[in-house]
Amino acid sequence: MKKRTTYLRYELVRTLRNKRFFLLSLAIPLLIYVLVAAPNRTDRSLAGTGVSLRLYFMVALASFGAMNAMLGAGVRIAVERSAGWNRQLRLTPLSTRAYFGTKVLTGYMVAGCTIALLYIAGGGLGVHIAAGNWVKMTLLLLVGLVPFAALGILIGHLITADAVAPAIGGLTALLSFLGGIWFPVGQSGVLHYVAQALPSYWLVQASHVAVGGHSWNGTGWGVMAAWTVIAARLAMRAYARDTGRG
Amino acid sequence: MPRGIELRELRKTYRTSNGPIEAVRGIDITIEPGETVALLGPNGAGKSTTIDMLLGLTPPDGGTVSLFGEDPEHAIARGAVGAMLQSGELIRDLTVRELLTQIASLYPRPLDLDATLDLVGIANIANQRTQKLSGGQAQRVRFALALLTNPELLVLDEPTVGMDVESRRAFWGTMRDAASHGKTVLFATHYLEEADEFADRAILMARGVIVADGPTTEIKAMVGTRTIRATLPDVPVEQLERLDGVTHAERRGESIALACFDSDVAIRALLAAYPQVGDIEIGGGSLEDAFLELTA
Repeated sequence: MKKRTTYLRYELVRTLRNKRFFLLSLAIPLLIYVLVAAPNRTDRSLAGTGVSLRLYFMVALASFGAMNAMLGAGVRIAVERSAGWNRQLRLTPLSTRAYFGTKVLTGYMVAGCTIALLYIAGGGLGVHIAAGNWVKMTLLLLVGLVPFAALGILIGHLITADAVAPAIGGLTALLSFLGGIWFPVGQSGVLHYVAQALPSYWLVQASHVAVGGHSWNGTGWGVMAAWTVIAARLAMRAYARDTGRG
Repeated sequence: MPRGIELRELRKTYRTSNGPIEAVRGIDITIEPGETVALLGPNGAGKSTTIDMLLGLTPPDGGTVSLFGEDPEHAIARGAVGAMLQSGELIRDLTVRELLTQIASLYPRPLDLDATLDLVGIANIANQRTQKLSGGQAQRVRFALALLTNPELLVLDEPTVGMDVESRRAFWGTMRDAASHGKTVLFATHYLEEADEFADRAILMARGVIVADGPTTEIKAMVGTRTIRATLPDVPVEQLERLDGVTHAERRGESIALACFDSDVAIRALLAAYPQVGDIEIGGGSLEDAFLELTA
């Protein structure tokens, strides 16, 4: 057991020491949140959602930051692969499960920091939520990050280091836009249906829990589960095939 | 039940835009536990592909690999294999000591970290971040990484590539100290001297097949260093092989080819014994030529 934590510990240390990656992951969502929410802190119901603007964007940008953190694991994997490190790692007794587990936990560490930072900023702008709802919302956000963890690993093993930044950047932009991170998705129309099929949409919907609303409905859980299973399967396959000398 | 390394009928073809390339064309290798074996051959002989298949990094198109009676995946999972691959950088943002600690933690019985750092001569850079190392330093760290894991089988794919003569000698000196205690060692090289100095046995590969397999002294004699070609009818090959400096002789019609470990001695002996010899050419010198000679 101690041995496994040694491996994990140094992975975490490595992530924290990559200061540019780590600090940018935290700073960008925070900056956007403050720029958007501070001037509009009195908006009580954003576009008729029943959720205040400062709360909506607190959750939206926490989702954005956390999503980026999870997908960022893919960038790191692609870079390690291009360095040939993956082949070296494969010759150690580190199991596929432990390898994936470590990558996911590293993603969660960065995601956790970004979520905490956004909560603090939200609190600073007057977001008040009952303690129980804070907990429920946080749990929902953390669960909602699972499919992104699988997606990050998948992309990391599919795409080469020189193409991974635009690939992940593009995917994040698309998922953010269609999932309602930049503006709430309407209750009808094509976009509404498209959005419901995306994990980012459900991530942002966690804000409803904060004001006493329900957590995800059946569609929400189903969409999240489907993305997780499919992306994890594909990630396993990509990892298994990805042994060449590149 | 086989206890050592067994490769049977192993083959691999790569599909490229210029058509398929048969990198490895059905090879059999058996290595007993504790043996030190050199996989010798020129670039493109199929050495790295063979090693990749042996380690389970490349799936073979045909044939089987068994490491101590298990498939590579299981042998690796229980920490029986340590390897220094030909290419590969170190991951960044850790110090040398941290990186070695991290990897050693995955193995059941790693060597002492400080002792290994001393042995490989990198104690002075133990606290440097990996991205700040020179190429030569990084290579030594990769070597330390392979040794530290204290495996039953140590695989080194051209470990001294890019090193000068002095560093190569130092490397093999370390290797002799570190890995001679009952470990099975397989290393690929295209330096005949490395095989000669360090291995008990050499397996010679060229164009995807094994052209010779035996004690290094034998292989060295077979490969020679120069080839004398000449026209000399009616002299039996056995007599030519008895000439000083000649290790191996062949005849094709009226022409002869002599593989020599000392071509200066051999040419004098040849001229003294057979003054009628004509059309003399002395060529080769590189291992690659010697291989082509052997496989022609």
